[in-house]
Amino acid sequence: MGPETLESLQKQAIDEVLAGYPAKAAKNRAKHLGVDSPEGVKGACDKTRSNKQTVPGVMSQRGCAYAGSKGVVWGPIKDMIHISHGPIGCGQYSRGGRRNYYIGTTGVDTFVTMNFSTDFNEKDIVFGGDKKLKKALEEIDELFPLNNGISIQSECPIGLIGDDIQAVAKVHKKETGHQTIAVSCEGFRGVSQSLGHHIANDMIRDHVMPDTSFRKDFEGTDYDVAIIGDYNIGGDAWSTRIILEEMGLRVIAQWSGDATYKELAIAPKAKLNLLHCYRSMNYISRHMEQEFGIPWMEYNFFGPSKTTESIRKIASFFDESIQKKAEEVIAKYTAMTDAVIAKYRPLLEGKKVMLYVGGLRPRHVIGAYEDLGMEVIGTGYEFAHGDDYKRTKEDISRSTLIYDDANEYELEEFVKKLRPDLVAAGVKEKYVFQKMGLPFRQMHSWDYSGPYHGYDAFAIFARDMDLAMNSPVWDHTTAPWDKEA
Amino acid sequence: MQDVENIVNGQKLFLKPEYQEVLQRKKQFEGSMGAIDPKKVDEVQEWTKSWEYREKNLAREAITVNPAKACQPLGAIMVGLGFENTMPYVHGSHGCVAYFRSYFTRHFKEPTPCVSDSMSESAAVFGGLSNMKDGIRNCNALYKPEMISVSTTCMAEVIGDDLNAFVIGAREEAEGELDNTEITYAHTPSFVGSHITGYDNMMKATLEQLNPARSERVEDAERINIIPGFEPYLGSLKEVKNIAKMFSDKIVMLGDHEEQWDTGAGEYKLYAGGTPLADAKTAINAKTTISLQKYSTVATAKTIKNKWKQGYETCNPIGLSGTDEFVMKLSELTGKEVPAELKTQRAKLVDAMQDSYPYMHGKKFAIWGDPDFLLGLVSFIVEMGGIPTHVLCHNAPRKGWEDDMKAVLAKSNRADECNIWAGKDLWHLRSLLFTEPVDFMIGNVYGKELYRDTKIPLIRIGFPIFDRHHLHRYSMSGYEGGINLLTWITNGILDQLDEETKHIGETDYFFDAVR
Repeated sequence: MGPETLESLQKQAIDEVLAGYPAKAAKNRAKHLGVDSPEGVKGACDKTRSNKQTVPGVMSQRGCAYAGSKGVVWGPIKDMIHISHGPIGCGQYSRGGRRNYYIGTTGVDTFVTMNFSTDFNEKDIVFGGDKKLKKALEEIDELFPLNNGISIQSECPIGLIGDDIQAVAKVHKKETGHQTIAVSCEGFRGVSQSLGHHIANDMIRDHVMPDTSFRKDFEGTDYDVAIIGDYNIGGDAWSTRIILEEMGLRVIAQWSGDATYKELAIAPKAKLNLLHCYRSMNYISRHMEQEFGIPWMEYNFFGPSKTTESIRKIASFFDESIQKKAEEVIAKYTAMTDAVIAKYRPLLEGKKVMLYVGGLRPRHVIGAYEDLGMEVIGTGYEFAHGDDYKRTKEDISRSTLIYDDANEYELEEFVKKLRPDLVAAGVKEKYVFQKMGLPFRQMHSWDYSGPYHGYDAFAIFARDMDLAMNSPVWDHTTAPWDKEA
Repeated sequence: MQDVENIVNGQKLFLKPEYQEVLQRKKQFEGSMGAIDPKKVDEVQEWTKSWEYREKNLAREAITVNPAKACQPLGAIMVGLGFENTMPYVHGSHGCVAYFRSYFTRHFKEPTPCVSDSMSESAAVFGGLSNMKDGIRNCNALYKPEMISVSTTCMAEVIGDDLNAFVIGAREEAEGELDNTEITYAHTPSFVGSHITGYDNMMKATLEQLNPARSERVEDAERINIIPGFEPYLGSLKEVKNIAKMFSDKIVMLGDHEEQWDTGAGEYKLYAGGTPLADAKTAINAKTTISLQKYSTVATAKTIKNKWKQGYETCNPIGLSGTDEFVMKLSELTGKEVPAELKTQRAKLVDAMQDSYPYMHGKKFAIWGDPDFLLGLVSFIVEMGGIPTHVLCHNAPRKGWEDDMKAVLAKSNRADECNIWAGKDLWHLRSLLFTEPVDFMIGNVYGKELYRDTKIPLIRIGFPIFDRHHLHRYSMSGYEGGINLLTWITNGILDQLDEETKHIGETDYFFDAVR
């Protein structure tokens, strides 16, 4: 498929998708869809409309502000208890779904995979839930004495009935001395999980950053860094951390996968903030730059090319000793990743991929696929902003279909039209495409494999893509009696 | 570092010494005292296993920890997907729908169609009418359903959106596009009841709204409706239909989601199977409706009994006596003798129970799940001579359930050792398991943390089950479902026996080839 054919197919795909909508919705959706290529002057990456209200009545893949705050940012902080404040459902549906790995004694000093809920009933809606919340905080402290703080994650009704959870948190903190943070991340706020990230960051800014108690005795070094925006899905932050440590850096905090409250509180002592998921944590990085003068840089640890590039970029912030070690680390791992590429590239070369994920992955993972000779022909975000699309431009290397807030209908039509060899998206999409006989990988959860960040993780990524593409199961989709002779 | 010849994922990668060092080094930054004090952790952990802790834990009033229930719209969506070419539509934020779809998808390993009208701040202020007007129209244009099944989220309920008026408004605005589309709707506030309440509300609404007034009822003396309830076992739906077919071809399942979550590879279609709308619209004409889940159909029952003045029965065809009652009920209602095939099936189940009973006899079980599921499963365990030491129902209805469960347990010759825990959560259960241990747990995926803490083996039966594949394809209902239950539980016990006797030179004197 030549580049021109691909581009015209992509444009046709958009036209056909839009034709299915009523006029009003088509007009709206047209602004979220487009084609871009690296050489293009102003393509979809510059012009795509994003971070806007989802068209009503479609099967959107988006989540809500609560999902962004509790599910992404706060939930993985392991030694705090995060209360899903409101009706029972939200906490239950988000329980254990994101694979935020951590080490600890669950239920005693660690609480990530547990579900704490104020389980609202009608009475709480009518009379307000503040008293119940206060009581819940007391019960938590009694039954879980090793918790290092509580966050209150608001579900939809809280903001609507006008409960003053900030006041409840303040009183509890005053009475007990325990950190207690109320987060107004009601699901109806904003247009997606994105606003939840922002709200969550603001609460960390307002309540955790001013806590200097752990910083007083902290002995810093010139090489202290913090990992920001890594949720340790399948252990990603650990396979990142090992590289940074081998470079001679000291990782003093991990945000927020496998994080503890103390790590967040000492983070202002870092010399450099390393930001992986720009979308979810650029806010706190900017704040720490402003307030504490900590520079931040984005990096990309997907695939050896981007990892190596990022390591050099990180090292350039430090002195020659670090730069020397960085080169040693690169050399050490490149031998291994070269062997991985030699093994898997011949099996994957030229395969076409369509991506649809959230956060940073629609752009960050492109390089990892390219390291294996695969081509990304379509990508999009569930909840990106304009700056994410601008960043995407740097990562695309051929005519690429760009779709913002794509829904089930659009994805299905795009895939049918462009016939990629692999679709990489989330669990809700997985079985739709597998039924069509298309290899699929879940790129939110690494399909229960991983980690995918760093050099060691690339070996897993390559093996998983081979597993996806070259499994014999895909040969069975068509029955023998339906196969052409 | 990875070895290209033997690439391992995190399971083994992080056990490599270089990663163990990384994890150790991280500890210095973690805890408030330089590191989390392991002695203190052990001390508190031991305390959480004590009677003292249990008492404090059971006295909880405000915080729920590790619930065993979900919220209303989840059940409403299951109802929608049980009717032919029907799109469930949630009036509220799309965040909820993303959760519902993921939850079902993870259980069934199948796509779950459901749309929302993406309400946000502006809807919170002005109401969700404009979302509904656009949303119904877009849904209809894109997904071409025969029916749209509208439920609500807690947000829509708190702001007080009036679905009846909104649906009328949406129809009026749609320039005739919706004239051939059925729209059924129910209020399903998440802060009332649980997912089974949502099932009930949506089923009741669907039946009421699709059927004519009672004055137009034309009774069909042969027709019988069956409502399955919130049934996560697709095989159970199939089994119930198979049994029904042996008696009459005029028995209709209302809300049959079997095929929707069990489609083949080759192509993807949004809708599969389901009760034909023609059958749903004539439900009122049946002589009798049988509900297989009494507590998932409390409101629905009122409509059928009081408004429709139709015969109404409840049967719970899980286990031997539950299936016997169902079969006899069908026999009575159809006037047909129990078919030979069923008699054979029953005999085979009893035979199997007699083959395996020594392993279940006297074993203590902790079981949790939905009210009707528990009534059926506990009944089976009692039939096998097992002891349901802890029966925990987080979403137990206020009325009736405990008495029903007591009646089931009364049949046990060890009834005084059985405890019913209504309205309790799985963190309560943890205390119960440490203070009054059992031999086996039966429950859903959330039991795996209890397994890790208590080491009590978990036999996975219930909803949701995310971490084992294909169990939902089997039946729990009918005589054949009874054999499945027997197989799962007995073999769970045998697996544990093998596990405990596998240690070479220590316990393997009892490691037998024949069990």
